[in-house]
Amino acid sequence: MGWRTFFAVTAICLFPFVGAKANDELLKLETDPNQWVMPTHDYAAQRYSTLTQITKDNVKRLHPVWTFSTGVLRGHEGAPLVIGDVMYVHTPFPNIVYALDLNHEGRVIWKYEPRQDPAVIPVMCCDTVNRGLSYAGGKILLSQADTTLVALDAKTGDVVWQVKNGDATKGETSTGAPVVIKDKVLVGVSGGEFGVQGRMTAYNLKDGSLAWKAASVGPDEEILFDPQKTLSLGKPVGANSSLSTWEGDQWKIGGGATWGWISFDPKLNLVYYGSGNPSTWNPAQRPGDNKWSLTIFARDADTGVAKWVYQMTPHDEWDYDGVNEMILADIPVKGKPTKALVHFDRNGFGYTLNRETGELLVAEKFDPKVNWASHIDMKTGRPVVVAQYSTQLNGPDHNSEGICPAALGSKDEQPAAFSPKTGLFYVPTNHVCMDYEPFKVSYTAGQPYVGATLSMYPPKGDSNLGNFIAWDASAGKIVWSNSEPFSAWSGALVTAGDVVFYGTLEGYLKALDAKTGKELYRFKTPSGIIGNVMTYVHGGKQYVAVLSGVGGWAGIGLAAGLTKGTDGLGAVGAYKALSSYTQLGGVLTVFAVD
Amino acid sequence: MMLRLFGGGLALAALVLSATLSNATADQKPYVVKDGKTDQNTYNGWRRYSESCLRCHGPDGSGSSYAPDLTNSLKTMSEDTFKATVMGGRVNVGQANQNVMPMFANVEDVAMYIDDIYGYLKARSDGALDRGRPERFKDEKK
Repeated sequence: MGWRTFFAVTAICLFPFVGAKANDELLKLETDPNQWVMPTHDYAAQRYSTLTQITKDNVKRLHPVWTFSTGVLRGHEGAPLVIGDVMYVHTPFPNIVYALDLNHEGRVIWKYEPRQDPAVIPVMCCDTVNRGLSYAGGKILLSQADTTLVALDAKTGDVVWQVKNGDATKGETSTGAPVVIKDKVLVGVSGGEFGVQGRMTAYNLKDGSLAWKAASVGPDEEILFDPQKTLSLGKPVGANSSLSTWEGDQWKIGGGATWGWISFDPKLNLVYYGSGNPSTWNPAQRPGDNKWSLTIFARDADTGVAKWVYQMTPHDEWDYDGVNEMILADIPVKGKPTKALVHFDRNGFGYTLNRETGELLVAEKFDPKVNWASHIDMKTGRPVVVAQYSTQLNGPDHNSEGICPAALGSKDEQPAAFSPKTGLFYVPTNHVCMDYEPFKVSYTAGQPYVGATLSMYPPKGDSNLGNFIAWDASAGKIVWSNSEPFSAWSGALVTAGDVVFYGTLEGYLKALDAKTGKELYRFKTPSGIIGNVMTYVHGGKQYVAVLSGVGGWAGIGLAAGLTKGTDGLGAVGAYKALSSYTQLGGVLTVFAVD
Repeated sequence: MMLRLFGGGLALAALVLSATLSNATADQKPYVVKDGKTDQNTYNGWRRYSESCLRCHGPDGSGSSYAPDLTNSLKTMSEDTFKATVMGGRVNVGQANQNVMPMFANVEDVAMYIDDIYGYLKARSDGALDRGRPERFKDEKK
């Protein structure tokens, strides 16, 4: 079936469903393992494919079959989509979208390149990354760097509608992928380092008109909280739950950006995502718990009203954004079948919650070197902070040393995967510690609002900056762990063929045995990988694809390494700069066996 | 673009003044480093650098995947050009590059401490300061 035929067919089949029932279309498509229709693979964000052509026994015969240069050099996060016979590839700024014809080895069907004011580039905190596209009802959704949300005709690349979601001159930018839920497109905002007021916004898929907007910080009517019905650990949050945790109107520049992944439980009708750091990085300048920064939100998909919230790190002192993906899995937790939400936070704790009620079930360290808190108090949900590593207690102009994890977190945006077959979560992690010294800063609109210095290095006695781990979310324990010389900053994929895939900063695509973690295959792609591995079937054959293109916050140590020479490494050896392994370049590599 | 050029012009005008001042002390280094330790100004330069420049130019001025290594740039770039670039910004957008340096003329924490930031980076560029948090002379207070 050619792409024309495909679209003719889909247009006929799908057109009646556009509107409130776009949900049905995606609910069907997400279960088709031949396609890859959303940035998280499926609404539950499991990144698990039921495809079985590529297995742990034949993956050693994997090899690249075609490649495609995106023409852009900056950091390439996210993954392409595959809808029918067409692959949609996105790039960092200038946010080009390519529709590639899979029937002709990736020939370009159309290319969309928005015109954006380059002034947005330096307002983006850490490189001009973009985490991908969404699809629904014959439209491709792109959230541009300058916060323009645009719906493209999937067949032609023509703009159907576009809407401005923020103001880049105030530091509001976009890096996250939009997600289509029912008849709405949900999109977050970046800019936690620029003092924005973070929010999640839903636009109507049909025409881009505003459906609802829910801020992370601010008055109840702006954060869409019901003081009686919105719960935190089973209790109503009460009135002004955010305002009462800020001094004066600091919340207006309070951060809580929403630049991560969005997941959805259609049965509960709840949308899940996390919020980022409160602004500034100097905790002394913002007394209080700074709610609801660093929080998991469960919101009604139709109204945006919060059903429950859980703040993981009250009063951030380390930049531990809470935006990492929320993986929804029905798993036994401590022997009881549970509708779970599993989240690997920047703060180094792996959380398992009941996703219906927001009840906290498990919170354990997924990197043994995590030291800023001894544990999470399961009654209050609050971390028990170790005084030595508290940049609040130590105060401004004091250098707190040896805090693990670093501001990068034990894991950043790179999404983990879950295999219902093995029951394990596969987590790409960072293994980096830091010195952190907060100091007073002044706020200027559209300028960095940070106020802390940072030095980053591997944990004492270690030379590796990353690990790729398998995690038991019921016990809260690491099952196996493979060390990586650099942060594992690529989204994982696990398949019913019992293979788990991920990329490395040096540029390797790696395939492991999902049970044991044993490496079965590696191939060095043209540049470091911070993209997410995906898989699809075309012409009856299974392919695996990944974007290379080193950069992002992970690229910060590219030029010369994170820290000086062998400093703090003991006898383990010198940590070399990433630049001795890889250089810039956006390239898609597509693999197959035979 | 007009605004950017205008802003750059203003910054440049301001620099004529500061250039006159810095010429008077042309033979002196813009930093004080002794036995690996440094003065408060250079230390403050590191701090302000970390605040406003690190996210692009990398830890300790050593560059990232998307902005140049300043310890290398300052081997050839003059103090005046450095300051003009910081104050007025720079745009280098084309087929292969999407590099934009914002203008910092209106950012208090940069504009006020531009001499400190330059001093720190020059010390790094000259090899006088190693990477990491510079140690200050003992008991020195601001």
